[in-house]
Amino acid sequence: MAEALLALRDIRVQHGATTALEVSSFDVHAGEVVAVIGPNGAGKSTLLRVMGLLQQPGSGSVYFRGEQATPKNSLEMRRCMASVFQEPLLLNGTVYANAALGLKLRGLPGDQIHKKLWPWLARLGIAHLTSRQVRTLSGGEAQRTSLARGLVLDPDLILLDEPFSALDAPTREALLLDLREILAETRITTVMVTHDLQEAAALGERIGVLSQGKLLQLASQREIFTRPVSEGVAAIVGMETRIPGVIEQTAHGITTVRFNGGTARVRADFPPGAKVTLCIRPEDIDVNHYLGERNCPKEKICIRGNVLRISPSIAHYRIAIQAEFGCVTALASKSSFTELSLREGDDVSASFRLAAVHVI
Amino acid sequence: MELIWQGIFKAVELVFGGDSEVWAITWLSLKISATATLISLLLGIPLGILLALSRFPGRAIAVALVNTGMGLPPVVVGLFISILLWRSGPLGFLELIYTPSAMIIAQVVIAFPIVAGLTMASFQSLDPNLALQLLGIGASKLQALWLLCKEARLPLLAAVMAGFGGVISEVGASMMVGGNIRAQTRVLTTATVLETSKGNFDIAIALGLILLALCFALNFLLTHIQQRGQMRWPRLS
Repeated sequence: MAEALLALRDIRVQHGATTALEVSSFDVHAGEVVAVIGPNGAGKSTLLRVMGLLQQPGSGSVYFRGEQATPKNSLEMRRCMASVFQEPLLLNGTVYANAALGLKLRGLPGDQIHKKLWPWLARLGIAHLTSRQVRTLSGGEAQRTSLARGLVLDPDLILLDEPFSALDAPTREALLLDLREILAETRITTVMVTHDLQEAAALGERIGVLSQGKLLQLASQREIFTRPVSEGVAAIVGMETRIPGVIEQTAHGITTVRFNGGTARVRADFPPGAKVTLCIRPEDIDVNHYLGERNCPKEKICIRGNVLRISPSIAHYRIAIQAEFGCVTALASKSSFTELSLREGDDVSASFRLAAVHVI
Repeated sequence: MELIWQGIFKAVELVFGGDSEVWAITWLSLKISATATLISLLLGIPLGILLALSRFPGRAIAVALVNTGMGLPPVVVGLFISILLWRSGPLGFLELIYTPSAMIIAQVVIAFPIVAGLTMASFQSLDPNLALQLLGIGASKLQALWLLCKEARLPLLAAVMAGFGGVISEVGASMMVGGNIRAQTRVLTTATVLETSKGNFDIAIALGLILLALCFALNFLLTHIQQRGQMRWPRLS
């Protein structure tokens, strides 16, 4: 793989006695979009500030284009990057003045600023707002101004700190789609941190998982969502059902796992006796009324339990099922849920394909 | 009532009749207080920014000192500046006591903590991430600082107004370190005190009115700048 555009090495940031960030290695390659997910307080913003050279880590180094960042060269490096924060953080003045600010700071003459800025104002749909005072803007318009201010710099690296989380759902959706197109067209190297899995899935080619200041996993989107390396990652990426089990035997790459309430034969390679966890995403689990063991299809694993809780949302019903080993969570579409007419307390069978199981 | 009307007539006469002594006193007041305010801004704004934006050991004590300084009684300032500048005092060799310079020094001591305290408050009212955002689009530290100052300019104007208002209207320190010497260190406030004690109420009222008019004119100007384009409270039916 080519040399990383930005690399973190042995970064450590302390906030008093607590470690806010501890990342031994993080490479961002030119042209890729990396999303970093993690709960609130995981150190996401700190990570982005360290990457953007806006905060000096307690120890460790940041390399940009292979060169180590120092107080001396950091301005020059910062001018190859752009940060967009959760809040638009605009200055008093017009949309145009705000969007032009970064170019002005670099000493560009007015006519060149004009020439560079207009396409971006048009692209982000705020060209008609240029003479508006920013305090009269809606949240979405303000965030588009903030994005224009960053994108017009034609940065080598753009850092997005939860850029959509202060927006309402339709505004967020529209801006997310626009940004996705822009990033696909321009191939600007991007690092975005967010606590929203949907946003990460929509933009991130690679996804990092951060928890309590530690980078738990950094891999392709597919890998992260289907093959988390630990239970912690599994929980963060939405593998809600986690079944503790023990390996009974392994032969030809097929492993039999015994868990409280049954056995499963899955594709994995662990020594007999090892303690493992079977992880399944909620959308991979089907729920049916329990009709006896024999009704379980051969290629599937079935788990019997009682419906504990049904929580409706717009497109789905989330069904929590109490099984012998713990809780199984399944997502059912509105139509299939209506067909089943499930009620809390019902005796059900939760089933999933072997391929949907990830063993840790 | 008679007294007040007489005073007002006299004031109009003195001001518009071009009484040279009144004008000289007014001009000296303005010169001393404007100089003191300017020096206070030069010292107070950087200190206020430093206290607002940085963390260092002893910061809490410095903040408490500045806040206490915002309410310093002018007579106490006058007392200490007098002691320092007294001919036999530690800075007596400068021969500044009973000069306009001594008054400027005393007024700086009064106004500087006010400017520093209000500057600190105005910077603390900015979003703490704003500085990061400016650096994050490629501002140098100096550029970011300048932009933050511009962003905080409205509350900073309040610091200017409060600083100037505090020194042009104080009498204790000016009297003590200036000595109210005619044509040398007599300013509007000390002259008002003197004329009142002599029973010349008409002249005292005239001087008082000039002082008020000065304060009003300056504050009106600054307020006008400050309030341009400010948020308005909605009209409720």
